[in-house]
Amino acid sequence: MKLNSVFINATNCITPLGLDVETNIRNISNGVSGIRLHKNQVYAEQPFYASIIEDDLIEEAFSSISASVEYTRLEKMMILALMPVIKKSNPVFDEKTILIVSTTKGNITQLNTISETSVQSADLSLMAKKIASFFGFTTEPVIVSNACVSGILSLAVAKRLIQSEGCNQAFVVAGDEFSKFVLSGFNCFQAVSDEPCQPYSVNRKGVTLGEAAAAACVSANGQNALAEIAGDGAINDANHISGPSRTGEGLFRSVERAMQEAEVKAEEIDYINAHGTATSFNDEMEAIAFNRSRLGNVPLNSLKGYYGHTLGASGLLETVIGIESLNSGKLYSSIGFDEMGLSQPLNIITQNEDKELNYLLKTASGFGGCNTAVLFKKTK
Amino acid sequence: MADKNSFIQSWCTIQNNKIDLNGETIFESEPAIGFADFAKAAYRNFGWSYPKFFKMDSLSKLAFIAAELLLKDETSSETENDIALVFSNKSSSMDTDVTFQESIATKENYYPSPAVFVYTLPNICMGEISIRHNLKSENSFFIFEKFNPGFLSNYTDVLLSTNRAEKVLCAWVDFYKETYRANFYLVNSTEGLEHNETTIKTLFNT
Repeated sequence: MKLNSVFINATNCITPLGLDVETNIRNISNGVSGIRLHKNQVYAEQPFYASIIEDDLIEEAFSSISASVEYTRLEKMMILALMPVIKKSNPVFDEKTILIVSTTKGNITQLNTISETSVQSADLSLMAKKIASFFGFTTEPVIVSNACVSGILSLAVAKRLIQSEGCNQAFVVAGDEFSKFVLSGFNCFQAVSDEPCQPYSVNRKGVTLGEAAAAACVSANGQNALAEIAGDGAINDANHISGPSRTGEGLFRSVERAMQEAEVKAEEIDYINAHGTATSFNDEMEAIAFNRSRLGNVPLNSLKGYYGHTLGASGLLETVIGIESLNSGKLYSSIGFDEMGLSQPLNIITQNEDKELNYLLKTASGFGGCNTAVLFKKTK
Repeated sequence: MADKNSFIQSWCTIQNNKIDLNGETIFESEPAIGFADFAKAAYRNFGWSYPKFFKMDSLSKLAFIAAELLLKDETSSETENDIALVFSNKSSSMDTDVTFQESIATKENYYPSPAVFVYTLPNICMGEISIRHNLKSENSFFIFEKFNPGFLSNYTDVLLSTNRAEKVLCAWVDFYKETYRANFYLVNSTEGLEHNETTIKTLFNT
């Protein structure tokens, strides 16, 4: 059966590097990172590196669209990310228009003081419902919460729902906030770097955490589209709950599935926007999986050096930036990388370069053994 | 979309310390005992041997028991099993989130544990089941306000009709502070009860 093609029609992102795509791209092309040293006892005893959006920027931007005080900081970020995407798409909010919310920890900061009220305000369906009613969606929001693949998985979910005619248009928003909860958690795994993260480097010491929100409109309408979602796969390692498979099994299979669906061969892929968290195991696993798929020489970057690891937002945020690369033909340096630190070759982008691009592969992997790969095709 | 038929081959519910498989009660504990003791009693009753079970949080234990009952004759650890997982709930991993948050709440009482932190994600229970049944297959975790048979049946049919999996294990698996519910069912493309929203609602009485 021939399935409908599915496209990305509009995107936006809210990050420490800017509150729109254009500003983010300008900063990335200038090699600006959002990662800073923070000294804040609320989060940790010791100073730590993180990529955090200034509260004032969120408050100021939000106050220009709403005077309401009922939204949490993360909800404001997500509403701000969606706003221009919805304005541009001007949807009819009928039963075929859906909102997909992607998050790893949602309003987890509400738990800072534990009570039944705070547990209720950290409820993910409540958060999604508030965002849906802000814009006037009439359908129940779909929430994807699948660890660090949530953001990219939500695009695969949108595509599948459109192809099944479960909806005509999906607005996808992904967001996660920096929190003591997540910092403490990664710290107890000894997975947080005491310097800005260095994906794929021999000197890498772990993640730097970040926060962001990103949004996209997905539909079967290819007119003026930014990219086509050409293939996808989201396959589990079935190996370990807190570490990736040493053979990269799930990621390898996800990539193979995406290529097979898109009818694309390895040599046709022009650029990989990878997960690259800068933990020892993750980056090595990616090198193994990509080489198994004969992708070891494809130009590749991780945007974690600019944004840190933004958890459930990362897959969508990095896709938004990746699609800009696809359409502009500009590949951005994988900052933080210096000396190769992997057992197998990867073609890490070390300085900005121009290249004609047709196919972008975006991947992510996460706790629970999850992986997702999505292939995007240039439509312009 | 439905150019391929789909069928429910088996189903299981767990709630109020009672396990029903394909409509028959197969195990029960006194309502007064807590979930941890109920889960342990069920594990012993079925004669399972999988020590990792005891390291899991409550959400994963709940999912493990239901999946074990539906998959034990379906899968073998020696062969690959192409069964996708489509899971959902309301409370995400909130039960363990609260435990972890309590462990970092104060400077004096700061004892975060990696063994707790890893369970602060709802999809970990799918990882546990994937490992147990060697499922290198599609999986996604969704959150809804309540059990959503319409969404699950549509998404399951997408996976089957696009040949992403041979079978799909669908679940609602929710646990928060001793209130819990598991609705699990296995969908295939060959035989069983007709797989649609109405059948699911009837089976799980929602």
